[in-house]
Amino acid sequence: MNKLNLSIAGTHKDLKEKKYSVTELVKYYLARIAKYDKNLNSFLTVTTDYALKAARKQDNLLVSQGEGVFEDFPLFGVVTAFKDLYLTEGIRTTAASRVLENFIPQYSSTVVKKLENAGCILIGKTNCDAWAHGASGENSDFGPIKNPWNKDFVPGGSSSGSAVSVASDFCLVALGTDTGGSVRQPASFCGVTGLKPTYGLVSRFGVVAMASSLDCMGHLTNNVGDSRRVLEVTKGQDQFDSNIQSVKLAGEVRDIKKITIGLPKDYFGQGLDNQVRTKVLAAARFFEKQGAKIVDVDLPHTKYATSVYYIIQPAEVASNLGRYDGIRYGLSRDSFGDEAKRRIMLGSYVLSSGYYDRYYLKAARVRTKLIEDFDKAFAKVDVLLAPVSPTPPFKLGEKTADPLSMYLADVYTVSANLVGVPGLALPAGFSDQGLPIGFQLISQKFHENMLFDLGEIFQRNTDYHSQKPKL
Amino acid sequence: MKTKLRPVIGLEVHIEQNTKTKMFCGCPAIHYAVPANTHTCPVCLGLPGALPKANKLAVENILKLGLALGCKINLYSKFDRKHYFYPDLPKGYQITQYEAPFCSAGRWEAPDSPSVNITRIHLEEDTGKLIHKTVGGQKLSLVDFNRSGVPLIELVTGPDFETSEQVTAFLKEIRKIVRHLGISTADMDKGSMRLEANVSVSTTKKLPDYKVELKNINSFKFLAKAVDSEIARQTKLIHEGKRIAQETRGFDEAAGGTLSQRTKEEAKDYRYFPEPDLPPIRLSQEYVTGLKTNLPKSPSETIHELASWGVSWQAATIIVKDRARLNYLYDVRSIDNSVDLKSIANLIVNKNVDKKYKDPNDLLASIVKSAGNLSLEAKQMTKFINEVLIENPKAAEDFRLGKTNVVGFLLGKFMQKSAGRGDPKEVSKRFFDRLK
Repeated sequence: MNKLNLSIAGTHKDLKEKKYSVTELVKYYLARIAKYDKNLNSFLTVTTDYALKAARKQDNLLVSQGEGVFEDFPLFGVVTAFKDLYLTEGIRTTAASRVLENFIPQYSSTVVKKLENAGCILIGKTNCDAWAHGASGENSDFGPIKNPWNKDFVPGGSSSGSAVSVASDFCLVALGTDTGGSVRQPASFCGVTGLKPTYGLVSRFGVVAMASSLDCMGHLTNNVGDSRRVLEVTKGQDQFDSNIQSVKLAGEVRDIKKITIGLPKDYFGQGLDNQVRTKVLAAARFFEKQGAKIVDVDLPHTKYATSVYYIIQPAEVASNLGRYDGIRYGLSRDSFGDEAKRRIMLGSYVLSSGYYDRYYLKAARVRTKLIEDFDKAFAKVDVLLAPVSPTPPFKLGEKTADPLSMYLADVYTVSANLVGVPGLALPAGFSDQGLPIGFQLISQKFHENMLFDLGEIFQRNTDYHSQKPKL
Repeated sequence: MKTKLRPVIGLEVHIEQNTKTKMFCGCPAIHYAVPANTHTCPVCLGLPGALPKANKLAVENILKLGLALGCKINLYSKFDRKHYFYPDLPKGYQITQYEAPFCSAGRWEAPDSPSVNITRIHLEEDTGKLIHKTVGGQKLSLVDFNRSGVPLIELVTGPDFETSEQVTAFLKEIRKIVRHLGISTADMDKGSMRLEANVSVSTTKKLPDYKVELKNINSFKFLAKAVDSEIARQTKLIHEGKRIAQETRGFDEAAGGTLSQRTKEEAKDYRYFPEPDLPPIRLSQEYVTGLKTNLPKSPSETIHELASWGVSWQAATIIVKDRARLNYLYDVRSIDNSVDLKSIANLIVNKNVDKKYKDPNDLLASIVKSAGNLSLEAKQMTKFINEVLIENPKAAEDFRLGKTNVVGFLLGKFMQKSAGRGDPKEVSKRFFDRLK
């Protein structure tokens, strides 16, 4: 097994042609993890025995049932890693925090169950910023994660290990969580495809909560086609999540010449790195050449988005972390890292009586204004095209001393979470230093098909997504 | 100069619902005399990643109570998180209602009491329970989460009571109503009804600027005693010209008075904010109207109804207090409306036949079987019929004028004489035959 087919369809083709067995496939990935992850630190737990057992079971199934298994199990043999926020029954789940260092969940999250039932093979739990707080992968209590394209650089965050593991071919698919950009930004930094679905489309049940009104269960893949196949399984009703809406996905692109793409002026202003601007505008030009109409749009409240996000998000974080009070999970509150403590204090402050109206309530009102901005924009355009991060990947340690500059790196991603709309990050090229740069498409709620259709057109005509780091 | 003093009392009542499942998960809500931590799941243990799902019946129940107390039902309502740390609160917050409770602005009127404003009635989840125990020589505080997440109603009144008698009368009425609506057992000794009173004494027409909270009181009797002794204590302090501290006090039976538990120097900060895991609840007016239309009759209406069916006033008063028994009696009547309900009601109250025969059909079958107990010898029956006809000559006349329904009246008189014995169908037939 030298050259792997880097898509779900390709893997299925190889398995059908018996180029390798599921067990051989899993062993291939395990060997790569063993060989290369020491320096990247993308996994916190590798579930070797668990994965091999599942693989043997699938090999038997393939023998006994033949190719029907690919219909019964749409993600048959898809080797999958989960950000260590997804609860996995019997398998340690830490949220990359010392507080949960020894926590073995009694149940699995809905997404894990759905994917395993569809044929995914769980190969391990990925490292991330502790509690998903961060945009660089440096906040993990179990050591920072490195960018596979250059180990001096950060891989983005907080779903750092998930992005790194897909980029490095440690797995075919990895699940992440996106509260303010935590799937799209590491996807962009590592050169993979990352989806943040519509809020309320994928169940949050059984995933360690960061900020409940913003958290979206997304995934990272090598290409758009895989992203679509995974969402097909993860989306939809869950009796345990009251916010899930059963909605048929919309937004198919039948004729690209009838599509209007909006460039939010407020996302291309000061603070945007020139290399990023060039690559993102090149992507826009690509769609224009295909026949789409490109127009400028206004999202006038964008300048408040980061402020609103850093009020609502810490408020919910402080509330959600209250349960780790030292009574039930073995380790005391001293085990919280600095970033978690910072957010707990900030969140408790903005909710305090006397300050609630000034901060939380005001932020909630501006959030409504942001929603109106997007409603107005989508009255004019079908989809928005924007940068993911204002800069290409930065060096490890570059921003750790200045949390505020780290927060500002979220400026182009947080709005989608505050508004609840989906976003798809796609590789758009490389910086002078050979590091990936991405762009994102943002559509109306439940219009994921628009993102997938346009993303597939882009990837059919470019090869940024198929380039891999040399490890 | 002696000031005219006026006690000011407001109440907070917690009522635990008797729904089958908990407020936000599918665990059984029953927690009394259940082995510790057996009725739990990720949701009510507050495990990472768990999410609440609201219990529809619990919402319906609180709306019924609100309607029964004449409250305004808020068609837009939502849950909020109330934060505090305590070992029996596994999430670090309680899901409750802060800004938009289901019911507000109700009013309770009683014949010989001032009317009471119901400020609000809201829905929340109960907490777990701490058990302090010595295990293997070690003093431990253990947590039992069986009660965690049980649906809890909180009812808050205005500061509208002036005496402990008014308080007790109101609370007894509330207990009667919730039992009658079938939404709680309201057993004080099992903690399914919990009482708190805010007591102050006013020297003017206005409300005083302090209040003393009386907490952790588990019977009407002790609450009345606590209120009385608290009014006396505060009155004495006022006469002595002393300031009364804002604090929480409990009732000490041995001392016969209230004791300070906690001084409230500053208000607790619960950092409320809207619960993001639960979408706001929007009720339609039609739904609320439907609930109102189908509300069960009030306890006194029901007693009158039972009495009209021949049930003794005494038995009716007892049965009305127990929703299950009342339903049982209704079931009996719906199976056979000619049955002697008075005797059945007496059997339920005195012999617990509803416990012996879980299915009312079985009870009726057993009565038919042992008909001897209820039936009369023919001679006896003839004797009673004769007596009734002699004592009510006007009835016989009415019958001849075509008012055949007078037989029902005669049957009633007969049953009074026979103490409920005798097959009503047969007796009616005999009256018919005699009068024809």
